[in-house]
Amino acid sequence: MKKIISKILIYIILVFVSITMLVPFVWMFLTAFKTVSETMQIDPFVIVPKVWQTQNFGNVVRAMDFVKLYANTLSMVALRILFAVLTATLSGYAFARLEFKGKNLMFALVLLQMMIPVQIFIIPQYVMVSKLHMTNTVAGLVFPGIVTAFGTFLLRQAYMQLPRDLEEAARLDGCNIPQTFLFIMTPLTKSSMVALGIFTAVFAYKDLMWPMIVCPDNRATTLASALAKMNGQYQQKYPELMMAALISCLPMIILYIFFQKQFIEGIATSGGKL
Amino acid sequence: MKKKASSRQISEFMWGWIFILPTMIGLIVLNIYPMLDTIKQSFYKTGDFGKGNVFVGLANYRKVMGDSEVWQALWNTVKYAIVEVPFSLVIALLLAVLLNKKMRGRDAFRTIFFLPMVVAPAAIAMVWKWLYNSNFGLINNVFNIKVNWISDPDIAIYSIALIGIWSVIGYNMVLFLAGLQEVPRDYYEAASLDGANGWQQFINITVPLISPTIFFVLVTRVIGAMQVFDLIYMMIDLNNPAWKKTESLVFLFYKYSFQQSKKGYGATVVVVLLVFILLLTVIQLIGQKKWVHYE
Repeated sequence: MKKIISKILIYIILVFVSITMLVPFVWMFLTAFKTVSETMQIDPFVIVPKVWQTQNFGNVVRAMDFVKLYANTLSMVALRILFAVLTATLSGYAFARLEFKGKNLMFALVLLQMMIPVQIFIIPQYVMVSKLHMTNTVAGLVFPGIVTAFGTFLLRQAYMQLPRDLEEAARLDGCNIPQTFLFIMTPLTKSSMVALGIFTAVFAYKDLMWPMIVCPDNRATTLASALAKMNGQYQQKYPELMMAALISCLPMIILYIFFQKQFIEGIATSGGKL
Repeated sequence: MKKKASSRQISEFMWGWIFILPTMIGLIVLNIYPMLDTIKQSFYKTGDFGKGNVFVGLANYRKVMGDSEVWQALWNTVKYAIVEVPFSLVIALLLAVLLNKKMRGRDAFRTIFFLPMVVAPAAIAMVWKWLYNSNFGLINNVFNIKVNWISDPDIAIYSIALIGIWSVIGYNMVLFLAGLQEVPRDYYEAASLDGANGWQQFINITVPLISPTIFFVLVTRVIGAMQVFDLIYMMIDLNNPAWKKTESLVFLFYKYSFQQSKKGYGATVVVVLLVFILLLTVIQLIGQKKWVHYE
């Protein structure tokens, strides 16, 4: 009997927390389809819109050119994933499996970058981007993400866990170092590469300060930074603000629901960097 | 034989450097040089209208020491962290313990709790700003109260910290769940044979055994909380009466460096933040000896 009561109690707590987590999202969704006057009515308080204002969607997409914002954000994310995975697999392998002079010093630099708050890099990074005339371009958005200390560390861990015999066997079969890396070892680190890819994508998509700084133009910026702009301009027009928030986060939420295991692993391995 | 080993060494040296070269060039150009440059800039006054920067020595640091806005921002940031970190840790740990067993709906709960982690803080902040709205917000209307959550200077920073807690609980919980997997089941069996109840088991077995995980989450969360920016930037506009009482250090860094183009002074603020974070981390590293148990 006591066991059943405690079980029920546990479920009550978990359901309560779940409701707390979900209500903001539900409220965002409901508000996105209301009229402004419905949001400003408290007696009676409107929970579900009387008529679903689907034109809110069109209004918001046209006002902020969300198609362009999506294209910018997607290009930034895709390029950052490509660069991060490419450079981090190479350097991760070298740090894990090759012996060479200067390795420890270089790895210390990798660790140093991981421990330092990112804000300290931003002013000089911005100066470089503006000297290279890359403000308001996708290249500017991608710029600080072309290499990754965290990814290097993550892939190094992955390569270190692979058995030594594998490499020995490859070597005896006449594989040189690039062949061993490419054909024998790297296929076995796929799950870490996926984790790094997801981490990179979520990190880039969530970032606010960098896109605000390098891409201040409405048409050149990312979803997150466009939301910040709307936030200032729309003031009390909550249906349109919530529609914009919904449009910006729905695809990520859908991806997350389908690949939740990979998402949770990818983000959880980041060690607080997100 | 000896010659063969050395040709292997040469080849490892060569390929090792080729493999790390892209990453290292990137890190040096994008991170190491910028870090040194930021520190250097903190000793300069940014020149007006295209004039060169002027070396001012420690003047920026003296100015920071006497700048009440910086001290207020530091205090705001600390207040945010003092609320966000302990609450998000404790709630996440309790939830992890509840979920750390075979039960129906375990994965669904985990997925729901983790959900805010995949949404941009900019969107989250917009939604919460609307929930917090004094006149028409859901919270005031459901509980029939009249609280100015984000415009009352006395409580605004805590309202923002609440969003921080809400956002990060699932993330902390996933890390704790991973730590809990390592705790052997028989410890609990032995304890319950000795008559220890659930709470006693939690305090005497769970907490000490996963203390390395708790320590790791604590250190990383403190670092994260000290860098709070997105939520505050989105919630508080310059007309908000709570503005001065919510500005964080990173917010101030952004304002000085990119809105007012005082990059030298902005650099000083961020160096102060770096030193402060390092200090907090060192204190925690020393303090861990008292409560973290490594096997």
